[in-house]
Parts: sequence; structure tokens; C-alpha cells
Amino acid sequence: MLEKALQGNAKYWSWVGFLLSMMGMGALCYVLQFNYGLGLTGMSRDVSWGLYISQFTFLVGVAASAVMLVLPYYLHNYKEFGRITILGEFLAIASVSMCLMFIMADLGQPMRALNVVLHPTPHSILFWDMIVLNGYLFLNVVVGWVALNSEYKGTHPPKWVYPLVYLSIPWAVSIHTVTAFLYCGLPGRHFWMTAILAPRFLASAFAAGPALLIILVMIVRKFSSFDAGDKAINKLVTVIIYAGLMNFFFVGLELFVGYYSNIPGHIHTLDYLFFGLADHDTGVIYNNLMPWMRVSVIMGVISLCLLGCKKTRNNSGILFVACGLMFFSLWIDKGLGLVLGGFVPSPLDYIVEYVPSIPEIFITLGVWCTGFFILTILYKVAISVKTEAERVS
Amino acid sequence: MDNKRRKFLKIAGLSAVAGIGAPAALNMLMKGNVQASSSHGHGDDHGGGHEEAKGHGAHQKEVKLGKRYGMVIDVHKFNHTPGLVQKCIDACHDTFNVPDIGNKKDEVKWIWEEPFAHAFPEHSHYKKNTELHHLSFLVTCNHCDSPPCVRACPTQATFKNEDGIVMMDFHRCIGCRFCMAACPYGSRSFNWRDPRGMKDGKPFIKKVNPEFPTRMRGVVEKCNFCAGRLKKGLLPKCVEATGDTKAMVFGDLNDPNSEVSKVLKSRFTIQRKPALGTKPSVFYII
Repeated sequence: MLEKALQGNAKYWSWVGFLLSMMGMGALCYVLQFNYGLGLTGMSRDVSWGLYISQFTFLVGVAASAVMLVLPYYLHNYKEFGRITILGEFLAIASVSMCLMFIMADLGQPMRALNVVLHPTPHSILFWDMIVLNGYLFLNVVVGWVALNSEYKGTHPPKWVYPLVYLSIPWAVSIHTVTAFLYCGLPGRHFWMTAILAPRFLASAFAAGPALLIILVMIVRKFSSFDAGDKAINKLVTVIIYAGLMNFFFVGLELFVGYYSNIPGHIHTLDYLFFGLADHDTGVIYNNLMPWMRVSVIMGVISLCLLGCKKTRNNSGILFVACGLMFFSLWIDKGLGLVLGGFVPSPLDYIVEYVPSIPEIFITLGVWCTGFFILTILYKVAISVKTEAERVS
Repeated sequence: MDNKRRKFLKIAGLSAVAGIGAPAALNMLMKGNVQASSSHGHGDDHGGGHEEAKGHGAHQKEVKLGKRYGMVIDVHKFNHTPGLVQKCIDACHDTFNVPDIGNKKDEVKWIWEEPFAHAFPEHSHYKKNTELHHLSFLVTCNHCDSPPCVRACPTQATFKNEDGIVMMDFHRCIGCRFCMAACPYGSRSFNWRDPRGMKDGKPFIKKVNPEFPTRMRGVVEKCNFCAGRLKKGLLPKCVEATGDTKAMVFGDLNDPNSEVSKVLKSRFTIQRKPALGTKPSVFYII
């Protein structure tokens, strides 16, 4: 089936060419980083995780969101998702691949990455994250490919694949739960230390992932004859609305607990993210994430209004924008604020701000483009197979 | 693609996956169980790990069995001897080849000074005695009895010794910096760049001490309570630097007759962030 990715028009090839060139830029910058050390990034002693880990965290969510398609389609036999589920699974493959690349990019000694396997350490959450992420990648590659292959051959998927499908449902929940555990089990990091982190991760994931999927489906519809169907999209919109509402509800709970309890540790990071935090000694106010976070809230609210109102969501142009707003809102919330904000103030109560360096941004873009490259290839194959299969039948 | 080739590729792929996964699974089965019950690695399955586990269940009780090295820092004595703070820092950093990178972002430090407000940020600073605000507090790794960094490390590159010292294996560390996120004391430094390098012709390590290895970039490091010196019957470098001022008293916290235990019994001391349950082994007389 893979050969289908080698046939395409000029637009397809220029898109692939663009991705490849961005990947090349990223690889070049990674060589620089590899030779110089992670000092090439904007990370510091006090903000010791940056864009890489925050993108990783966000993308785990996008990967997990495939369950919003797999569950209704396979478990509840929701036929309308018949054409879109494979796109969700392939999005999960691309996302997990990006996650793994971001982790590798973040390691100080990437050549030793296998130490995690060679010295298994069950009391480390990172060990479990390695297991669940690789397992999820494996499940989605097998399930997605086998399902597509049987469609290619015009048969039903073999029986043995169904247990893997059902396993992938709780597994999807596990990848984001374990990722939340990376953060919420750390003493002294008050912003992360909240039992609601895992549910909040899942809620934002189930809004951001399907929002991205709708955008992708609409792009696919524009550039090919493949249409996932309005019913499927409308169902996804419902998922986004409820998950988005849940996410904002959870954010509201965090704000309540922080500001009503008035416990400084609970308030500092929230202050830093939304209002700016003043340094005790100098009185200088630090707030470089504040504009982002405020934009995130505004985007999220606008998106929910647009999606919630029947008139606006039935307009495909507006729907496209609304999904984009939701995606970026949650990308800022989790892909920037959550990880970077958690380091402010530092354990010794200093405020150190983080700004990514240029090479770091290019490496980040390079990984995203690699993800989209994988996605493009997989979607090209899936769409070719699906349209062909439909033409035959 | 013909059928045979596809079959072959499938089998080849599966066996590759199995090949990668099997050693890990085996390793886990063989070693994982042992290490799951004792929380420190490197085949060091002394009683400490079980004790620690018991400590959790028994509402944060401190470990009573075995050695547990600790230290009391008398801040007033430091204050009465000008230059002593810096002397301690230099003694440590010179011995352990701690690089002076020259900027805050890439900084590496094992022991350093902080004002009260930053060493003890969870304490109230309102109307505190004015002397307190001018004191320098030496801060370093607390060698916690229940170290969150050890819990977080995915490779056991950081682990607890049988004498309670939290150690680093620079050769195993993958540089994921999970331990830095986990440490509530900011005691860990990462080698953001090559510490053996130099800038403007000035090496980051002024004079290399051949008795302790220099590090490579991309690994985490921190104070090791001079574990190597202790084995030789010597005191930690910083403690040695304080001479007979008694500004630092070091010893076995679990030995009731040790000097450090006697000081702790007779004086009021505080620990950094005790509410987090990490059970720091460094105490302060303020």
C-alpha cells in the first residue's frame, strides 16, 4: 500500500518538499545542539524543561484523542465513523512519533536513551511513560495498518486484531494519565500537584485532538475526493464542545482552589500565567506568558460560542476557524503554560523566565514537520485505498 | 508485492520487535522485582529501601536503622567568621571540578549561599528580626531520607547509598532532568554545555583535580556529601573548611552518640520544606 504515497500531483509534492526542507532545517539545528549541548536552547537551571517537553505533553493528548473515534466506532458500532476512524488512528501514530522525537531532542545524552530499558525502574513514572507510549504506537500501527490493508484487499479485518482494538481504548487513557503523573507527583511543584491534572489533560486532549482532526478532514476534503461525512464531523463537534467545556470547568476549579484558599504556593503560578508575578526583592513584574494565556482563554471562549451555536457551526468556513481557535487555545494552555509555568517561581522562590532560542524553535518545528510528514504519507495511503475501495464497490 | 515477500517482511518485522523488547522484558522480570521493593539501585539491596517503605506507611517516621549521614549548619557561627561561607563553597567546587560557566542560565553549583527568604521561602518573612535578613545560608543537596529525585529517575542514575547519601552515576544519567523537576530544593545542576570547555580562553574548571572525574555535557550533578572522603575516614570538604569553628557539624544521624545527634538534641534547628515529607538530612541553627 505504501507505494500510493509515491503518486501525487504537484501540490502534493510541493507540500512534501516543504516538509522535507523544514525537517532538514530541524535536523541541522539538532546537529548544532548535539555538538554544543542543550545550552543552545533557552532552558536554564531554573526552567529545566522547555518547548520540547511541553510539545511532548500536548501531543500525547492529541494521540490519546484517537480514542474518541475508536470507542464509538468499534465498541458502539457507530457506523458514521467508518471513514474517519482510520484518520484518527493515523493522527495518533504521527503524534506519538512526535512525542518520542521530542523526548529524544530533550535528552542531554540521547545516545544513552536505552538505559531506560536496560535499567528498568518501576518507581519512575518516566519508565511507565516509555512503556505506554511505545505500546500505544505499536497498537495504533498494527490496528490502523491491518484495518486499512483488509479494506485494500476487500476483506473484513482479521479477528485477532479486535482484542488489540479494545486494548487500545484504555491504553489511550493511560498514556495521558501517566503523562499527567509525570507532573502531579512531584513534591514542591505546587502548580502541577493537583489530582485534577490527569482529568484536565484528558479533557483538553479530547477537545484539541478532534479539533485538529476536523481541520485535517476539511483539508482532505478540499484536496481530494475523500469525504469523511458531515455526520461524523458533527459528532466530533459535539465531542469538542463537551470536552472543551470540561476543560474550562477544570481550569475554573484550579482558579477557585488557588484564590479562595489563598495559599501562596497555589496562587503564584496562576498569578504568573494570567496576571504577572512580582519579584519579592526587586518588585519587577514578570509576565512573558500572560499575553499568551489570555489569548488562549479568549480563543477558547470564542471557539465554544461558535461551535455551540448551530448557525455558526453549520458554516464550514466558520467551523474551520472555530476548530483552529480551539486547537491553538489548548496548545497554548498545555503546550506552553502548563509546563513552562510550573517552573515559576523556582524552588528557591526566584522568578526566571524562559524564552526558546532560535535553533530550539527550528528543532521544534522540524519535529512537528516530521510528524506532519508521517501524517501526510499515512493519509495519502489511507485516502487512496479508501477511494479506490469505494470505487470498486 | 508477492505473498512470500510480504510474509517474510512480516515475520522479519515481528522478530525485530520481539528482539528489541525481549531483553527489556527479561531484565524487568529478573531485576525489576528486587528493585521495586528497594528504592535504590545498583544491586544495593540493603535494608534501607525496606525501611523507607515502612517509613511511608508509618506516617513519615524517620529511618532508625543503618547509617544516615547528616549535617547541622550553624548560621550565626558562619556570620561571625567573615569569608567562611565562600571558603566552604570554594573548597567544595575546587575539589569536585565544579565548572564556573560564568552565566546564570548554564550555572552548575553544588553548594552556594542564599538569603533566608530564598533558603526558606515557605517561612513568613514579615517583621522578621533584621539580623536574619543579612545572614547567608549555605544550601546544598539535603540528602533526603525520602528523596523525590531518586523516585523520579528512570535509570537509577541517582540512587540512595546504604549510608543515606543520595548519589549520582554520571555515566548512566541520560540527561532527562526529571530529577531536577522533582527536587524541591533546586539542588541539582545540569551540564547545559561541556564543563571541560572554555570561554574566551578561560577554562570553566580553573584547575582540574585529578582525583575526581570531570563531567561531560548533558548530565545532571550535585553534592555527594563527599562520599569518597567519608570512606577514607575524612570529613566532607565544606565541613573541613569550617575548621574548629563548629559552624558545620557532620555525622551519623542514627547514632545517638554522634556529635551531630547531640547538637540536634540540644539545639533548636529547622529543615528546609519539612512539610513535603522528603526528610532532609541538613539542619539549620538560626
